[in-house]
Amino acid sequence: MSERSERAIQRCALSECEAERSVGAPPVEDWGSVGMSRAALLVLADGRFPAGGHAHSGGAEPAVAAGHIKDAATLETFCRGRLHTAGLVAAGLAAAAAAGLDPLLLDDAADARTPVPALRQVARRLGRQMMRAARATWPSAALDALAAARPRGAHQPVVLGLAARSAGLTPLDAAYAVAYENISGPATAVVRLLSLDPFDATAVLARLTDDLEQVAEQATEAAHRAVTEGLGALPAASAPLLDIAAEAHAAWPVRLFAS
Amino acid sequence: MHLDHQDGFPERHTYSAAAPVRGDGTRRALRIGLGGPVGTGKTATVAALCRVLREEFSIAVVTNDIYTREDAEFLRREAVLPTERIVAVETGACPHTAIRDDISANLEAVEDLEESVGPLDLVLVESGGDNLTATFSKGLVDAQIFVIDTAGGDDIPRKGGPGVTTADLLVVNKTDLAPYVGVDLDGMARDAKAQRGELPVAFTALKQPDGVKPVADWVRAQLTHWTTATA
Repeated sequence: MSERSERAIQRCALSECEAERSVGAPPVEDWGSVGMSRAALLVLADGRFPAGGHAHSGGAEPAVAAGHIKDAATLETFCRGRLHTAGLVAAGLAAAAAAGLDPLLLDDAADARTPVPALRQVARRLGRQMMRAARATWPSAALDALAAARPRGAHQPVVLGLAARSAGLTPLDAAYAVAYENISGPATAVVRLLSLDPFDATAVLARLTDDLEQVAEQATEAAHRAVTEGLGALPAASAPLLDIAAEAHAAWPVRLFAS
Repeated sequence: MHLDHQDGFPERHTYSAAAPVRGDGTRRALRIGLGGPVGTGKTATVAALCRVLREEFSIAVVTNDIYTREDAEFLRREAVLPTERIVAVETGACPHTAIRDDISANLEAVEDLEESVGPLDLVLVESGGDNLTATFSKGLVDAQIFVIDTAGGDDIPRKGGPGVTTADLLVVNKTDLAPYVGVDLDGMARDAKAQRGELPVAFTALKQPDGVKPVADWVRAQLTHWTTATA
């Protein structure tokens, strides 16, 4: 028997085997959007995506200084709180931008949901950096138009949502990327700030995946409603302590992170 | 001494600010990065370069501090340039990330300087003190200087690493301290030559009058090369 036909038989046997196994598998309703580039989500959500996030702690630095974060358990509490407030708001804005809602109106909506100047400034600075990276990775007319309208930067979740749209991703994908970044940033920062065991920090993220899914879906559902009901349907949860701490942190003379 | 990398300044095609010409077709400022271990004299070199070159060229500085804005404040206090020409980038405790892996904040600082005080001839981008592997991205700078010193030990050139072996100029500072720390300058020069081939090495003692001259001369040569290169 030729080597080639031998391999063909092996392949056959293998696919039979797989077929048998799949009979018992539970039915799946949504296999993911066909034609969409899901793999682009891995690129966009990668912590090494060069859009400036590494210099920010997402409020973890002042929380460590205040004694609110001191170990893995308190990091988890902090991340859960941030995810369901600031994370939900950001994910909603990103999902709406990815759904094709007007990014300039979303930028105003982001301002309205960001009461303190320090965080508005951070969001715009990171938005500008995200814009640079997005125009290099998934160039599009929509990104060019937003960059021209907001040369000093639009709010980062709005830019990220538009980047996701340019990459062929769905609103849900954009919500996932923003929600994940919302907690992975502080977790990475706390590894540096407290010399926390990096395995413990990553385990915290793994324990929060159910919350991540919930927030991403809630944000996407709100963005869906915003299409007909207006931007008032987008989440507007707030975390006053994060806001106050961010404003104070911006005035520290010595700090490791920009925010 | 003025030998350069063979390819000079290769053309770049990215969405970053790396394009060598401005929107109006003129050549943008030359960007030179300064890196090296902590305490070797990077900020002192930047300050000395500004003092020597500021009458000839329009200069601005971007600093990348590790956890303070100290380097930028030192340069402002020393009044080496008007304060609006010095900008600090915060690096989240990782200068090598900000100068190599994620250069977005630095590119924006350079662009903002061009916009607010430009047109500029030269932008010096200083890294916070880092390790021997910290080098600048080619998307951020056109040429880079790696600063080491005699007090760090004469085995640094022999150890090599990307900073020592690939920088466009290697500066060995504090040569005036060599006799006091038992360092053999000829040996350092031999080791550097072995690691770097024809790439130049400058020995400096910044505390001495005009101590920065070898570096300033190299920068002038880079600027001549940059402005005469066809866009």
